[in-house]
Amino acid sequence: MAGDNDAGRLKAQDLIREIKRAGIRFIVALPDRTTSEHVLKAMIKDPDFQVVQVCKEDEGVSICSGLYAAGHRSLLLMQYTGLLDSINAVRGVAVQGKNPVCMMVGMLQKEPGVPPTQSKRYGLRIVEPILDAMQIEHANIEAPGTEDQVVPMVEAAYAEQRPVAMLIGREPI
Amino acid sequence: MMKRDEMLKVLARHRTDEIVVAVYKAAQDWIHIAPSDLNYTFTGAMGQGSSHALGLALGRPDKRVVVLDGDGSLLMNLGTLVTIANAAPKNFVHCVCENGTYETNGAVPIPIHGGFTFTGMAKEAGYANTYTFDNLEDWDKNLDTLLKEDGPILVDLKVEPGEDYPENFPRLYNTEYRDRFRKVLAES
Repeated sequence: MAGDNDAGRLKAQDLIREIKRAGIRFIVALPDRTTSEHVLKAMIKDPDFQVVQVCKEDEGVSICSGLYAAGHRSLLLMQYTGLLDSINAVRGVAVQGKNPVCMMVGMLQKEPGVPPTQSKRYGLRIVEPILDAMQIEHANIEAPGTEDQVVPMVEAAYAEQRPVAMLIGREPI
Repeated sequence: MMKRDEMLKVLARHRTDEIVVAVYKAAQDWIHIAPSDLNYTFTGAMGQGSSHALGLALGRPDKRVVVLDGDGSLLMNLGTLVTIANAAPKNFVHCVCENGTYETNGAVPIPIHGGFTFTGMAKEAGYANTYTFDNLEDWDKNLDTLLKEDGPILVDLKVEPGEDYPENFPRLYNTEYRDRFRKVLAES
């Protein structure tokens, strides 16, 4: 149940609803503290999703690509540290391989309401510049209503065979 | 020890409608030995072949998926064994072409070659079954059965370089071939 401090927080159920509306049924995931509790655990229990747990995030980039080749849409759920660890796979498999890898990236410990590039944390500050350098479209999803970006981003990824990154700025409740 | 191209020619003879995901030297040989629109070589980064194959196997459980992985490649993505065992696709045949070296990158030996087994790792991870072949006769004799067996199974293939096929990385990673693969797979 939401409390007073939850006002203005993104609801996990709204995010999951948009993921479903985007036609995604396969979730490829490594636990991420921003999304584990209310998003990933809910999707594991949800019969509408098939969750594939991976040991390392770069596996997920390739599993999503294999699923695309087999005619399915998928979402790679991971922490920003996993994105940073997977840069070569994102480069070779997703960008150069023209695979619509849709990444939902938890921005662990980002300060609420603060743009990632202005975070006090170095690891968070570099995420968007790296995505820009790789020419990967990205969006910040944090406040209620920002989940509306999920469907158009996923649609664009599949229409144009390119990866996208949706950065989850605060734990959805 | 089997010559890799001879080992692959045996596989080509037994292949029916399987998807074959191949990496590096095995891929360079395979596209010459067994050209097919159901060859998937668009792996994009070292170590990733079995992960692409898992996506294909989960997305098309009605199709058998054979991976021609490398030993150096598998070492770069060992967690894949646990991921695959956990996902437990019955249509998954994970072949490791074990030549003991990073052949594409200068034939430098892999670490501790001979000091561990890929079959042992796969068994510990939870693969349904494992095999090792070091001669063409046994490979040929067992392949039909193996290709029908419930997976995931890991097959350690002891190989050495055979006939030298020309390297063509642009062909391996060509997205037009990948799009053709998608189309043909969707229709099959």
